[in-house]
Amino acid sequence: MGAAFATFCIWILMTVFWALIGVAVPLIIPEKIENRRLIQTMLLLTSVSCYTFWLCIFLMQLNPLIGPELEIRTAQAIVEEWQS
Amino acid sequence: MALFRCEEMALYQLFLQSEAAYNCVGEMGEIGLVQFRDMNPDVNAFQRKFVNEVRRCEEMERKLRFIEKEVKKEAHINIPNNVPDLKQVPAAREMNELDNQLEKLENELRELLSNQEQLQKNFLELTELKQVLLRTSIFFQEADSTRFAAAARDDREHEEGEALLDVEGGASGGVAGGGTNKLGVVAGVIKRELLGAFERVLWRVCRGNVFLKHADIEEPLTDPTTGDSLLKCVFIVFFQGEQLGNRVKKICEGFRATLYPCPEQTAERREMLKGVEARIADLQVVLDQTLSHRTRVLESAAANLPLWFVKVRKIKSIYHTLNLFQVSQKYLQVQCWIPITDIPKIQAALDKGTSDAGSSVPSVLSQVPTKEQPPTFNRTNKFTEGFQTIIDAYGVSSYREMNPMPFTVITFPFLFAVMFGDCGHGLIMALFAGLLIWKEKDIIAAKSKNEIFMMFFGGRYLIFLMGVFSIYTGILYNDLFSKSMNIFGSQWAIPQDVAKTLAGYSDNTDTVELDPKDSFKDKAPYPFGLDPIWQVADNKLDFLNSFKMKLSVILGVMHMLFGVVLSLLNHTYFRKPLNVIAEFIPQVLFLGGLFGYLVFMIIYKWFAFDYTNSASAPQLLITFTDMFMLSAPDDELYSGQYTVQVIILLVGVACVPWMLFVKPTVLYMRHRNPAATQRKTRDLSTGLTFKNLNNLAGDDGEGTEGLISNDELDRENGIGGDDHVISPDTHGAHSSNGNAPGAGGHGGGHGDDDEEFDFGQIMILQAIHTIEFCLGCISHTASYLRLWALSLAHAELSEVLWSMVMSIGLSYDSVFPGILILPPIFAAWAVLTLAILLLMEGLSAFLHALRLHWVEFQSKFYHGEGHLFTPFSFKHIVENPLED
Repeated sequence: MGAAFATFCIWILMTVFWALIGVAVPLIIPEKIENRRLIQTMLLLTSVSCYTFWLCIFLMQLNPLIGPELEIRTAQAIVEEWQS
Repeated sequence: MALFRCEEMALYQLFLQSEAAYNCVGEMGEIGLVQFRDMNPDVNAFQRKFVNEVRRCEEMERKLRFIEKEVKKEAHINIPNNVPDLKQVPAAREMNELDNQLEKLENELRELLSNQEQLQKNFLELTELKQVLLRTSIFFQEADSTRFAAAARDDREHEEGEALLDVEGGASGGVAGGGTNKLGVVAGVIKRELLGAFERVLWRVCRGNVFLKHADIEEPLTDPTTGDSLLKCVFIVFFQGEQLGNRVKKICEGFRATLYPCPEQTAERREMLKGVEARIADLQVVLDQTLSHRTRVLESAAANLPLWFVKVRKIKSIYHTLNLFQVSQKYLQVQCWIPITDIPKIQAALDKGTSDAGSSVPSVLSQVPTKEQPPTFNRTNKFTEGFQTIIDAYGVSSYREMNPMPFTVITFPFLFAVMFGDCGHGLIMALFAGLLIWKEKDIIAAKSKNEIFMMFFGGRYLIFLMGVFSIYTGILYNDLFSKSMNIFGSQWAIPQDVAKTLAGYSDNTDTVELDPKDSFKDKAPYPFGLDPIWQVADNKLDFLNSFKMKLSVILGVMHMLFGVVLSLLNHTYFRKPLNVIAEFIPQVLFLGGLFGYLVFMIIYKWFAFDYTNSASAPQLLITFTDMFMLSAPDDELYSGQYTVQVIILLVGVACVPWMLFVKPTVLYMRHRNPAATQRKTRDLSTGLTFKNLNNLAGDDGEGTEGLISNDELDRENGIGGDDHVISPDTHGAHSSNGNAPGAGGHGGGHGDDDEEFDFGQIMILQAIHTIEFCLGCISHTASYLRLWALSLAHAELSEVLWSMVMSIGLSYDSVFPGILILPPIFAAWAVLTLAILLLMEGLSAFLHALRLHWVEFQSKFYHGEGHLFTPFSFKHIVENPLED
């Protein structure tokens, strides 16, 4: 259950972040700024494309079907460096 | 909105009073928003009205170039580079003043030049004479000593100073008798390289009866005309007799030797030498003064030079433009394209011009209805200009269709970054472009002529965004100069039992494979990006390839659907609901249904399958092809899959005849009964809405042309007389010409209605569009796989460079050889990174991202059949002086 909760937290964090950038910020840009429309378009497109990219990588690693194949020395190094 | 579509343009007729014409056109040049049309296309350039003024301006330019050349000869005088443009129209009388000024300056400079030449020639002659006098005294002294010897033999007494020429007898020294043979002398200066030939010719011609002595002049002398330094030598020829003397003189002429009179007596020579030296000193003083005067004149000219160039170019361009006008006695008229929103600005400029010229008659702007396609004017600032350029490179957008530029600002760097994907390289790119942006004012002022650098500079904002997005995708791909960053801790853990057996392995090439059942159970995925363990895994590519291919397809389908949606916006703007029903909806169903289903399957498979049922996970590509072949899937993604797929396939197939037949059929039926099709349509030319009332066409005979002749206009507005003048409105669009809406209304509507209805052509066009779209869907989706291919290539190159170059430098165990080897290895690695990975791969990814935009994205909605708006603008002319 911990895993699912962590997954959900990460996902909601990123979604809210990009939603703020893509939807909220364009709405609060004051009218009199010269390139307002351009900035709104840029923010929206940035958030959509960056969010999609992050989401694809995230979803792909959700349920991996294969695992990494490590060389022995690498595996030993991992045990020592990352897991102790 | 002027951002998503080009500006609305209108064709206007401009009437200017003759006195005010020059100033008004000048003001138009300053604001640069009007494109004039040539009203006299079949008139020769030499027969136009203002050809004399243009000629004068060209003369002035020639003078300016001459002055510039003279200034450049003096290397220490600087021509100021950045002269701020005063944004002022030079007054017409300034042309005369400037002309006189330039003429005076040119004459003065030419006079100075010729004086200087003359002085230098004199100086050269005097110098040569001095040399002659100096050297020949040696010859005479030698001859004296010979004489002394001879005299001693003959027992004669000779006073010092008696010239050789008094000796009776020959120069050979023997004295025989009292002959009064006089020896002639010719002295002069000849170029050193010609001396040998000169001597030989003399010997042959005079049969050895002349005596030549020569001595080199050590310092080189300057040739006055060319400025080269020449090596010369002094020579003196002794001969007997007049005939020989003439021959010698002719030979000297032939060899272009300069002859100087040389007095025989030493005392005379000394006097002459003193005189010559005094004159040389005087001449030097005069020469110096001339040079300094010339430098002063040039310096004062150089300070004004850029300003004069600008003024002359502006004046010339104004007269060129005036040549486009149709000239009559009291006024000049022209047709011009104007963006509608700028009409107040233009009106104000016209008023300013008229008042500057002191004329009381205001200029008149009146709209001309037309069916022509107006030019496309996309207003850009320094940021959007780069992006608009790459869009226009493929094709200028048709009038008022959706401009892909605002979207390209982000999608282009994003797709580039998906292919480039390395945060280290992205950082370098962003820093480089950031530097260019920071120093942009200085770089613009420097006016560099280096084309390649200016190309990079022009795209600085584009490169900056590309770099920033690359940093983002690099972090997500977890690729920093081919190394991964472990920020959040890898989610893959080696289980305890496997870890215990690790020590037992002896052969280092063995591998252990982690099973997600043991190593990834109950874990959340790596929160931001790719898990760092994959970088060190042997089967990294198996995992990544599958992912990147799926990502490419997802991004591709999204991009293409976006393009189709933009076409919907075009259809609604141009009020063509037929296109929405007959083209947009089947396109969306086809693309979204078939390829959207593929995207759905990709995402569904990510959720539905994990290590527990990985054995039964179907391969998507096989599933997709099976769907088209209507065969039942071996492994199902979800229950009911077969039915769903059949439905989607049938819908997709049904879309093809829908796209092919509906629109031509409806158009044909409309052609048959026109009365049933009264609808509002949008007029292309004015953007205003008119009812497509065909019965209006019968009202005015010339309405079909859309262009009202000048006589018509004159009659309507009474401009012929000078007492009846119409003052312009602030919004010239609603002009005093009452004919406009009526005639313009006829211009609206489908082009097909006005022309011959060719069913065959429409059918063929529709067939081409349908085939292009349907086949294009498949091929374009596959084309987006280049996103995968290039990012794979980039990652592999980066890794190869690291493991083959950098690792060598880092692989030494002890400090000592390592510290010497690492710097050069790092240098090699850095140079290769810049050259191969940044420049070559960067260019490659740029090109592919550009292709994806131009072909795959824009073919869904873009027509690109417009022509660019080229206003009369001083800014453009002043910066590109070579164009006429």
